[in-house]
Amino acid sequence: MRTLRFLLEKEFRQILRNRQLLRTLLIAPLIQLILLPLAADYSVKNISLAVVDNDHSPFSQKLIAKITASGHFRLTGYTASYKEALQLVEQDKADIALQIPIHFERDLVRENTKQLYMAVNAIEGTKANLGSAYLSSIIRDYNSDIRLRWQSTPGVPTISTTTPTAANTSSTATTSSPSATTSTTSTTPSPSATTSTTSTTPSAGATTSTAPIPSAAAAPQVSTASSNWYNPYMNFKLYMVPAILVVLITAMTAMQSAFNIVQEKESGTIEQINVTPIKKHIFIIGKMIPFLVLGLILFTLGLLVGWIFYGIIPVGSLLVLYASLLVYLFAMLGLGLLLATYSGTQQQAMSLAFFFINIFNMMSGVFTAIDSMPGWAQTIVATFPPSHFIKIMRTVVLKGSGFGDIVYPLTAMAAIGLFLNTWAVLNYRKTT
Amino acid sequence: MKQLLTFIKKEFLHVFRDRKTLLMLFGLPIAQIVLFGFALSNEIKDSRIAVVDYSRDPVTTRIISKIAASDYFDIQRSLASADQLQAAFKKGNIKLAVIFPAGFGNDLTHTGKATMQVIADASDPNQATTVTNYMDQIINDYNTELAKNASQPMQILPELQMLYNPELRGAPNFVPGVMALVLMLVCTMMTSVAIVKEKELGTMEILLVSPFKPIYIIIAKLAPNLLISILNLVIILLLSYTFLDLPVKGSLALLIFCSILFILTSLSIGLLLSINAKTQQAAMMGSLMGMMLPTMLLTGFLFPIENMPWPLQAISNLVPSRWYFIIVKRVMLKGLGLTSIWKEILILIGMSLLLFAISLRKFKIRLQ
Repeated sequence: MRTLRFLLEKEFRQILRNRQLLRTLLIAPLIQLILLPLAADYSVKNISLAVVDNDHSPFSQKLIAKITASGHFRLTGYTASYKEALQLVEQDKADIALQIPIHFERDLVRENTKQLYMAVNAIEGTKANLGSAYLSSIIRDYNSDIRLRWQSTPGVPTISTTTPTAANTSSTATTSSPSATTSTTSTTPSPSATTSTTSTTPSAGATTSTAPIPSAAAAPQVSTASSNWYNPYMNFKLYMVPAILVVLITAMTAMQSAFNIVQEKESGTIEQINVTPIKKHIFIIGKMIPFLVLGLILFTLGLLVGWIFYGIIPVGSLLVLYASLLVYLFAMLGLGLLLATYSGTQQQAMSLAFFFINIFNMMSGVFTAIDSMPGWAQTIVATFPPSHFIKIMRTVVLKGSGFGDIVYPLTAMAAIGLFLNTWAVLNYRKTT
Repeated sequence: MKQLLTFIKKEFLHVFRDRKTLLMLFGLPIAQIVLFGFALSNEIKDSRIAVVDYSRDPVTTRIISKIAASDYFDIQRSLASADQLQAAFKKGNIKLAVIFPAGFGNDLTHTGKATMQVIADASDPNQATTVTNYMDQIINDYNTELAKNASQPMQILPELQMLYNPELRGAPNFVPGVMALVLMLVCTMMTSVAIVKEKELGTMEILLVSPFKPIYIIIAKLAPNLLISILNLVIILLLSYTFLDLPVKGSLALLIFCSILFILTSLSIGLLLSINAKTQQAAMMGSLMGMMLPTMLLTGFLFPIENMPWPLQAISNLVPSRWYFIIVKRVMLKGLGLTSIWKEILILIGMSLLLFAISLRKFKIRLQ
């Protein structure tokens, strides 16, 4: 025990002495945590649209006005031919090309159906997905608008303007939920049981109503009342900040501990340790504890940054968060140690660390949903400790999950940690 | 000249002797391209949902079977009461819940309308939006089905075409992104340790007292990394062609020229880091921590740059991989030529010249 105390004293002194390192370890991640969530904004609101209006009718103009009023689209091109619109897509000046064919209004009135053509740049899948979803739902709304107006005033083929109320509702509603419509059906959330759940949910979102086809009594209609729980304002930062914090902690603690051990190897000081009667597990514990403390400090500072800059207060208990963090650090420091045992120089340690960190960052669900990966990839991802910790962070911070809800990711992390640490200790030889 | 060649040979020996690092340098791009190319996808399908049906009549049964039949949803469970929803959401098992109130079918047949509740787990706002929209589509289909007899007037039939990537695969977006990311980070990291390592080990003194010009030292240090990066590039292109079915649509020569240009830019960044750092550890942390996340986020392949606040957009202009990413997308995926990317090429040339000039100026020929 006394040996451990001396070792810890040495480690802390070495870390605290190195100002340049300390700056990179604490300040750099915090600055990144403040800035990067601003970059990680995927609330798609600036979809640029090129429109080809071959009809030039009141109908087509109203459709374009409705699309631009939604707030999701920016009209970046108004071309004479579809080919030119596609060129704009090619040059990344437009994400979607929308073509309103000739006789759009006439055929709608006379023949009751007409096509609209949309071409979406699908290289960025999420943007393509959301963009086309927004556009489709606007067109759907528009469709029911004109239908309603048509039916209420039969015999008048053109509609020159919308009633201002309808337009207003549409634009304000679409900012919160793109599927909200200028619905005429009742928006009451239905049964008593449901309403009670909604009211007990602290973070239940605004209830908006979608009535895909509010029509005359001719056909029965099912409408949906959708609500967004846990993040009613659809704030993407709430989702990203906890994950980015995990990414930063991963890079800081685990990888730094690997470098630290290898540095002793490279500079030869490890031999001095080896000839002393210090036991190997004491040495390892002495190397791990400083980085555990560092991780705890960084995590606390990170939560503060989230609170001060983004107003994020974890819904769940801090105890759950910190307990999970300890399990996570145990696993990741084990990985760091393992990497250290396999590398002889700092450069090797860095290459190994870089390999893992990069794959962790891309695959652990920080940026893309793990659920949409194929099964084999999900199995691989399940062995990555960050994927579990990111899940825990998000559910606890946003939804207030307790220990009971995170049993699986927590035990998975603990198991991986135990495995990595055992492997590392077995592979660590004092005599190298 | 002979000196230079000998020195380059020494550097190559250094790099190729270190098998572990070498393995990692080539293993990384391969693993990333294969993993990301196959695993990452933006398509949201088979989202797990819960259904609470208080009504249990033919109408709700029909709607539920329609939901179950769609590719988008996977009905995880049917709950007896909406009170259980909280727990299911908190466990993170479901993304969406649908509630049919009591007397749903009855309402629909008698009053002509019925409202069902759709609750999305909006902790991931995009997924929530997409999933809710899919649900609306299904309900919309059902309404059309209902209205078959009543003949809907004025139907707009949107026809959607997904350009360049009809199946919404992740690979077409991620391969150019990973190319930019890997080339940039490998180049900067490898180079960032190159000079500082000599300083740390003390061999720098020997170099400085020799009649060897600083520029030669720099060139010799960069040469092996340049070669490794070009090999990496070839491997990535071959992999994406064979495994991911992503051939280079435009001119291969143009793509390779731009890539080498980009590699040179990244090498210059590493050089600058290396000249400024005092220890290998500082250089590595600088290139790893300072470069990795910003490169990932500001290149534009994960998040659209135009969404960012203007200061970040301004910073992103300084990230070389942003310009390279545009070049790769245009040349490789869209098959465009030089005319559409000359601006990006000029930017990269300007960046590498500037960085190289600064590094050369800052290169100290004295130790203290």
